[in-house]
Amino acid sequence: MNRLLSYEEKDTWLHHLSGITKLIFFIVWCFTSALTYDTRVLLVMIAISAALYVMSKTEWRQVSTVFKFVMFFMVVNLVAIFLFSPYQGTEIYGTKTVLAPLFPGHAITREELFYLFNVLIKYFTVVPSVFIFMVTTDPSEFAASMNHIGIPYTGAYSVSLALRYIPDVQADYHRIRNAQEARGIEMSSKAKLTDRIRRTSSIIFPLLFSAMEHIDVVSNAMELRGFGKKKRRTWYAYRKMKRADVAVLILTAVFSAAALVITFADGNRFWNPWV
Amino acid sequence: MDPIISFKDFSFQYRSQQEPSLSHINLNIYPGEKILITGPSGCGKSTLAHCINALNPCSFSGKTSGSLLVDGVVPEKEGVFGMSKRVGTVLQDTNGQFIGLTVAEDLAFALENDATPQDEMFRKVDRVADIVDMKHFLRHSPSALSGGQKQRVSMGGVLVDDVKILLFDEPLANLDPATGKNTIALIDDICRREDVTVVIIEHRVEDVLYRDVDRIVVVDDGKIVADDHPDRLLCTDVLSRTGVREPLYVTAVKHAGCTIDPADHPQHIESMNLAPYQDKIRAWFATTTLPVRENHAPYALEVENLSFAYDPEEPVLQNISFRIRKGEMVSVVGKNGAGKSTLASLILGFYQPQSGKILLNGEDISPLSVRERGERIGLVMQSPEQMISKPMIAEEVGLGLQVRGVPADEIERRVNDTLRICGLYPMRHWPVSALSFGQKKRVSIASILVLNPEIIILDEPTAGQDFRHYTEIMEFLRKLNRELGLTIIMITHDMHLMLEYTDRAIVLADGQLLTDDTPARVLTNESVSDRAYLKKTSLYDLAVKCGFDRPDEFVDRFIAFEREQRDAGILHGNGAEIGAFNGAEARREKDTAEETAGGIA
Amino acid sequence: MKKKFGIREVVAIGIGTALFVVLTEVQIPLGFVPNTSLQPRMAVLAFLSAIFGPIVGAVIGILGHALGDALFYGSVWWSWVFPEAIVGAGIGAFAKKFAVREGGFGGKNIFLFNVVQVVANAVAWILAAPVLDIVVYAEPANKVFVQGAFAFLGNIIIVGILGSLLLAAYSRIAGQSSSLKKED
Repeated sequence: MNRLLSYEEKDTWLHHLSGITKLIFFIVWCFTSALTYDTRVLLVMIAISAALYVMSKTEWRQVSTVFKFVMFFMVVNLVAIFLFSPYQGTEIYGTKTVLAPLFPGHAITREELFYLFNVLIKYFTVVPSVFIFMVTTDPSEFAASMNHIGIPYTGAYSVSLALRYIPDVQADYHRIRNAQEARGIEMSSKAKLTDRIRRTSSIIFPLLFSAMEHIDVVSNAMELRGFGKKKRRTWYAYRKMKRADVAVLILTAVFSAAALVITFADGNRFWNPWV
Repeated sequence: MDPIISFKDFSFQYRSQQEPSLSHINLNIYPGEKILITGPSGCGKSTLAHCINALNPCSFSGKTSGSLLVDGVVPEKEGVFGMSKRVGTVLQDTNGQFIGLTVAEDLAFALENDATPQDEMFRKVDRVADIVDMKHFLRHSPSALSGGQKQRVSMGGVLVDDVKILLFDEPLANLDPATGKNTIALIDDICRREDVTVVIIEHRVEDVLYRDVDRIVVVDDGKIVADDHPDRLLCTDVLSRTGVREPLYVTAVKHAGCTIDPADHPQHIESMNLAPYQDKIRAWFATTTLPVRENHAPYALEVENLSFAYDPEEPVLQNISFRIRKGEMVSVVGKNGAGKSTLASLILGFYQPQSGKILLNGEDISPLSVRERGERIGLVMQSPEQMISKPMIAEEVGLGLQVRGVPADEIERRVNDTLRICGLYPMRHWPVSALSFGQKKRVSIASILVLNPEIIILDEPTAGQDFRHYTEIMEFLRKLNRELGLTIIMITHDMHLMLEYTDRAIVLADGQLLTDDTPARVLTNESVSDRAYLKKTSLYDLAVKCGFDRPDEFVDRFIAFEREQRDAGILHGNGAEIGAFNGAEARREKDTAEETAGGIA
Repeated sequence: MKKKFGIREVVAIGIGTALFVVLTEVQIPLGFVPNTSLQPRMAVLAFLSAIFGPIVGAVIGILGHALGDALFYGSVWWSWVFPEAIVGAGIGAFAKKFAVREGGFGGKNIFLFNVVQVVANAVAWILAAPVLDIVVYAEPANKVFVQGAFAFLGNIIIVGILGSLLLAAYSRIAGQSSSLKKED
């Protein structure tokens, strides 16, 4: 359970921001980072991410397991790009400076390395923002603020329910998996693919069907307590948007607009250091 | 005074069923009363409750006739929402009822839905948290709470609405005995302090009677068969006749051949006047015998100095040692979180101990994998739904063999043999979903038994079951124990189970082994019972009040006497004839099990 | 009780998303393509969509994928989040036809379900995801199309086998017939 990112209560200005402010920042940040290949912009974004990460007082133990995962996937992805498109960099930057021939059709070029470097630093702009979002956002307050920016409360409450039931479902899953393993149904074996699917099904089957029953119980419980009766609802955990929230939102918008303007000033999203 | 709930010639029939589940009910409940509605599973008591809060027929469709008025309105017309303002329902499945991410939010849930302004909400939540004594837990998430605490939150969550009626659907089903006692005390306090009428649906009569109730209503087969003050009702045989367990001390006095007089107040053992009965009880005691049960078989399971912790700061189990002989039936008891389930997980190899050894037939099993251990030690989970992964019975039972690559004809033979033992053979081609809860439980036991384990460990084998199903499951296990010589370990907090069906109780408290003794001695020892969150049995009080100097022996003899009678088929509530249900009845039971909304989540 | 979007749907999204997120950690590796393995959670998404309809399916897809990625992998690959909604909505659009709850999920409907799921998965993973990858992340085209193709293959296999299995079993339970006889 410890390997998942989860909210921890701390006293920093990031924790005090409204959840929706952080969500908007997070999404805008992700897309800005995805759209720009301007190395200068990306480096500035890394600096900002790192500063925010430090300010959030996030501890290494909170994120270490997940961080290792990200690094693993990043490496896999970089290798895949190189194997599939060793000359993507050349296509983008228009030159081909071979540094070392690797094997036929796959020479290492300066342009490809630079392209891969850009992909790599993109990860480092986004990952801290995911961590910050996940560990500083109080789930209760988050659902409330979603409703307040106009998302229907039924939708906002679905999110709250999802967060409420993840630990329960996870505990059920582990219990069922253990019991089935004791019966001899193991998932991690070198069986045939169809056998592996069949074994997985004997864990998912009880998990899913007890979830279906659970949906009925919870729906009744919510109906008995008046959910969905009125057009609007209030939220115990709601916190008003403060000046800091507004400031963060404005800064985010300004920064992202500026970043995109700088990026696309030369007509495309790439920044070419060799022209 | 006008009744607050009034049934007049009221009947209800579910759309999917041939017969009405309630027929011609006449019942008045007056403001401020505290009523216990009891009866066996499927008798219609939950259906009755769901008519009061309008789940019937608004959520579960069906047909009503006659009249029902609750707080001056007709529930069917008012709808579930409307009724929720008048009737607060606390469901059996308190985890299912816990909707919010934290205690405070869950308490506020109904207020939120009513669009109450936030500052008013804060005030009301604080007040209610005070009433149910959860003030210090407001920011806790449900996974950090015990079952009893979740139930308090459920109660608080309906109290915020200023309801006039509190409806409890099997409030004791998932609680350990001591927590159940606290719940009953809390309900009683609320009933006194707040201006509410309380209706409790529960088959554990003795536990509810820990505090006074005004009336007990007994429902059987959709009809009200008794409606009387507890003192008068306990003097009749209506409870045992309908398959509801009487308070044990009442049964004991009756076994002694006494006819109880309501004037002696049998509602509580503490205040009951026993003077007229003592002589007969002593005389009866002299006629009973204790069977000599000695077991010199070799040890099947030995646990030596076992310790375990997820976090070194908080040990879950410390230095646990005990031995279990072949063919024993042993219970492992203690409150929720005492480490019972962790112990089972260590024995099965889901976790590795920090130190200590586990021996199976004298041989260290630490090198064995989960799967290898699973062939010799079977685990039956609390909820059969969480084990069953095939739609058809025979497939499910054969699954463990199939994944081990056993040839098809051998699978068929072994599955059929096991199904015969479990009384499921005639239903072998049925889908699992057509079975009653007790039958599903037997399927989950069969699917373990087919692997020929030497020991089986059952987690709460009877949780949430009424007396008849409890007896059915336990007699079945006893049969396996006797006929196959199977060693059976049961993790439980059901005191009747440990008393009536196990030779020995291993008591855990706060990760330590508190004692390892006969159940009768455990349940007559106040300090042990208290620390383990058990409740001393009322037979103990009876024995003490009658002046016996060895209360535990009195308890043992009582149990032996009952067992003799049960074996001779004299006692009621014995639905244990294996495979005695016909299909129609199984389906009816299944429907009613679903209709009680929840079961064990 | 049978409103279009009632409490049951809200709860189905909540608990369905929780299931989808938890099952993120269950992967049956194919072994030969990076970042691609059979994902049993896709079968669960297909199952819930086929029962609760397109909105529930689409929302579980988006929410579950984004949340699962963030919780387990610390990064959200948005170009693969949105196609998940196409799968959920596509399968969910035929929920009434499948009649799972009514016990009607047999031969013909299993076939229909598989046609629908193959089409929905094709649109999502062969078309939408790679295109978004290129538009949003400027990844090399041949890499993302190969990845998309393998994701498509993996998903139609797992949904085809496990999804059909789960739905057929559930349909049998929900719409049970009462012609059971004991045998000797």
